[in-house]
Order: sequence, then C-alpha cells, then structure tokens
Amino acid sequence: MSRELLLNTVLALLLLALPFGAFALDEPFYIDLATRMVVLGLAATGLNLALGVGGLVSFGHAAFFGVGGYVAGVMATHAFNAEPIFAAPFTLSATDLMPVIWIAAMGLAALVALPIGAISLRTSGVYFIMITLAFAQMVYYFAISWPAYGGEDGLALSVRNALPGFDTADSLTFFLICYAMLMAGLAAFTILRNSRFGTALEAARQNEIRLAAVGVAPFRVRRAAFVLSAALTGLAGALYAELNKFVSPSMLSWHMSGILIVLVILGGVGRLFGPVAGAMLYVFLEFVLGGLTERWQLFLGLILLGVVLFARGGLVGLLAGKPRHG
Amino acid sequence: MSSALLVEQILNGLQFGVMLFLMAAGLTLVFGVMGLINLAHGSLYMIGAFACAAVAAATGSFWLGLVASLAAAAAAGTLVEVLVIRRLYGRDHLDQVLATFALILIFSEATRWLFGSVPLYLNAPPILSGSIALPGGGQYPVYRLAIILVGIAVALGLWLLISKTRLGMRIRAGENDREMIGALGIDINRLYTIVFALGAALAGLAGAMIGALQSVRVGMGEPVLILAFVVIVIGGIGSIEGALVGALIVGVVDTLGRILLPQLFGAVLGPAQGALVGGAVAAMLIYVVMALVLAFKPRGLFTGSA
Repeated sequence: MSRELLLNTVLALLLLALPFGAFALDEPFYIDLATRMVVLGLAATGLNLALGVGGLVSFGHAAFFGVGGYVAGVMATHAFNAEPIFAAPFTLSATDLMPVIWIAAMGLAALVALPIGAISLRTSGVYFIMITLAFAQMVYYFAISWPAYGGEDGLALSVRNALPGFDTADSLTFFLICYAMLMAGLAAFTILRNSRFGTALEAARQNEIRLAAVGVAPFRVRRAAFVLSAALTGLAGALYAELNKFVSPSMLSWHMSGILIVLVILGGVGRLFGPVAGAMLYVFLEFVLGGLTERWQLFLGLILLGVVLFARGGLVGLLAGKPRHG
Repeated sequence: MSSALLVEQILNGLQFGVMLFLMAAGLTLVFGVMGLINLAHGSLYMIGAFACAAVAAATGSFWLGLVASLAAAAAAGTLVEVLVIRRLYGRDHLDQVLATFALILIFSEATRWLFGSVPLYLNAPPILSGSIALPGGGQYPVYRLAIILVGIAVALGLWLLISKTRLGMRIRAGENDREMIGALGIDINRLYTIVFALGAALAGLAGAMIGALQSVRVGMGEPVLILAFVVIVIGGIGSIEGALVGALIVGVVDTLGRILLPQLFGAVLGPAQGALVGGAVAAMLIYVVMALVLAFKPRGLFTGSA
C-alpha cells in the first residue's frame, strides 16, 4: 500500500468517524460541521478535475455550485407549494426526490458550463482565469436581479428534500447520504482520470501540441472536462443548499470561487483526496479560528499566504510526498 | 426619453468608464511588465478610499485626503510588492491567484479592524459641489465632470510617461525582455516595485474619487476589480490603450443598458415585466459584450504590448 493510499484511507475513515463521535457526545452541531467538510470536499473534487488534472484554473466554479444549490432550492419550494416549475409550453412539475434533484442539478450546471467553457476555453492562462470569473459574476448578478426566487435575500427551504427509506431531516442520516455522494464523486474522479479521456486531459495540460499531433483535439477534451467538473460541483451545490436549508447569491459569489480554489490548493492540486483534505482543514480552521477571534479571516489569509509561499504541494503533498507522475 | 437625460447618462457612463480605466491601467501594467495577476488590486482601491475619508474627516480638507489616498495606496503597494508579490513573479498563475486572494482577506479584515464595519462618508470639496447646465437642458454635477477630466489627464500622463520618459522606456523594455534589461544594468527589482506602486497609486486615486459618490466600506474594491478584469479582457491584457477603450465601452454600455433596456423590454412586455427582464438583462449586458468580443478577438481588441 503506497503512502498516498494509506493517507487517503485514514482521511476517509477519520471523516466518517467524526459525526459518530459527535453523535456519541450528543453534539449535533459537529455533525453538520462534518457534513460541511464532505460537501465542500465534493465541490472541490469537481474543481480538481478541471484544475488539478486539466490545469484549467477556473475562477468561476461558484457559478456551478450556486446553480446546483438553486436547483435544490427551487425544486423544494415548488414541491412544497405543489406548483409546477413552469406551465408553458409544457408542464414541468416539481419533485422533492433527491435523486431527481441531483440529476437536475448536475444537468443544469453542465448546461450552464457548456457555453461558458466554449467561450473561455478559446483562451488560456490569465485570460481564462479572468473570463471564468467574469461569467460567474454574470450568473451572480442575474440571481440578484431576478426577484422570483428571493433575489438578493436568497431562498429558504422549508424542509429538506426526500430520499425514500431515509429520514433526511436527521443530521447523521444526511451526513451519510452526503458521504456516499462524496465517495461516488471520488470514484468518478478516479475512473475519469485513469481512463483514456483522463490521459488525454493530462496530456492537454502537459503538452497540447503533442496531444494534437497524435490526433486528439485539446479543446474538445478540455471542454468535456470543464463540463464534467461543473456537473460534480453542481451536485455538491445541491447538497450544500439542503445542508443549510438555504440558498442565496452568496453561493455564486467570486468569494466562493476563491474558497473552492483554496480547498484544492490547501489539500494538494491534482491529488485524489487533496480537495477532501483541504475541506477538512478549511472547515476545521474556520471553526477553531472563528471560535478564538472575530478576525479569523485575517489569520486564514496569513496561513494561506504561508502555504503558497513556503509549503507547495498542499497537505497531501506534505504527508504523502510528491505524486509518482505529474 | 429626453435628450438631456440621454446626455446625462452618457456622461455618467464616461465617468464610470474613466474610474474603471484608473483601476484597469494598473492591473494591465502589472500584468504586462511582471506577468502577474493581482486580485488584491481592489484592496488598494479600498485603501485609497479609506485613507481619503479618514484624512478628510480629520483635517476637513478633501485635497489633503486625496494626497493621503495616493500616498497610502502607493505605500501599501510598495510594502506588499517587497514582502509578497516579488516572490510570485516566477510562479504559475494559480499560486498568484491564491496568494493575492489571501491578501484580499488580510487587507479586508485589517481594514475592518481599524475602521469598524460602519461605512464612512466623504463629501466632495465645496469648489466642485455645484452643478452646471447641460446643453439641451438639465443639470450635471461638477464633481463627476471633474472625475472625467482627471481620468483624461491621467490617461494623457500615462501615455507621456510610457512613450516619452526614461522610466517609460524601461517599462516597455521590461515588457519585451526582462532578462535583457537586467543584463543592461537596470535594477529590475526596483523597476518592478515602481511599476507596482504606480498601479497601486492609480487604484488609490480611483477609490478616493469614488468615495465621495458612494459610501466607503470594506469590500468596495472587489466588484470594481472584476469589472476591471472585464475591461482588460476586452481591451487586451498589457495594453494601456486597450484598457482605456475597454473601460469606456464597459462604462457607457453598462450605464446606458441599465436605463434603456428596461424601457425597451417594457415597450414589448409591458412596464412591470419589462423592468424585470430588462433589469436582469442589463445586469448581464457587459458580460455578453465581453463574450462577443472574445468570440471574434480571443486576445482582446488591442493585442500586443502598450
């Protein structure tokens, strides 16, 4: 067993053990904290596919995170009021079934990512960073100026959506649902990375001219990666809205995009458990520093600065060494 | 819609554009010369606004505040460049994004610590507080006109600096070949610090001038920063002319879109629905313009160095 596999196993078990410990101590708040780690880890795993494997520094993934969140919120609202989502040209009725919502969240996030990716992937480097940021900001302003679903105030979910056979209102059950989705997301990430597609994507990052020379169009590979990455982040967004029973434009803000990048880098770019490690560390820091001082963002900033300047490779890189191949 | 209102809105758009130019000029200069993407540029704008508001409140003079804003932003820029930014020039853009994102968190929280969460207010100086009559009727505030004039003066000054002075020659040389100008005996580190401080001072100036139109608060820099990104993407990264043209396009299109689109949609869909749809479309308009520009010119309107 390699050191990275060992570390991944330890992290997965530790994350699973957290809410049970909290449950034993009768501290339900800590269960939600663990769920937050899981959901943010899943969102960042989505970004890791584009950023870590494909080298696409997207500063706009909050758009897909927020779209997923709004799918969950809008569905829940319509289902609760027993209204169709729209009546013309055909009737689309709402549902409170989580699996349907997850598929809708992934689908809509992918649909939003398709034109954004098609335009921003025509460029690269710093242009790509700025353009993804700008498009995410466009979605953000749309959410603010469209009053039907709360506008700037956001939208509260009266009850969590349903999963037959499970009591989703229970914190521990909801944690386990999210944990299962995280594991599914990590499995999807592994399968994609080890597939021919993943190899092509890594090649597009390392040397796109060679990739083109062997007959694979880098643009199409990148676009597919960007859309898949957005879908995974959208799924996490739906779970995040369920967790907080609230969705607002802040899920779409540039700050959220920044946090997602932070999670990936904090944990280790391109590493399977990098985003999960990053999310665990981030939520932990947020909680501990937030408990110590109101000014915790100042110290978070200093820690991040230290990580960038002095500790490259993130947490997984620190604990498990360099990856065997880049 | 009356022509006076239209003229007024075009002037507002120009004023907004000029302000974006002051932000975008520094960003594009820093990217062109040092190859650095600086998210913390919005923080320097905020520092300028806070310095101006604090000094103006203490001394009663807007002009002293304006001087303080330039000094504070340039000083903060120099400090950050020497301590942090300098280490990032050789790194990839991802590291630059993360480090400057961290700087935003630090600057915002430190400012909140120093000044509290309550917004500060800044009054325009008395000499500029009146308004003048526009041709075709209507009044326009002198202060906003003054901002447009300052922006034009800065654009001219930058052009003279870059194309006519020794420092400008070095900056242009630094854009083309940094190793060569190092080999010619020019202290490249000092040049980089000067360029960064210059960009910071322009951002600080923009923040101070806007401080008298809006409230001065933590986080005021980020929306402007993102618009400045749109500006330099449209104009072409590294190009000062591109920044000027892009800023004016964004300023005018955004301002007019917010006025005209709700009326336009209102004529088709009825006033209530029109205001709703028009408002939403107007909020997204400049991003659509950016997408259109990129569809035809993926590297911006003015490609190549300034």
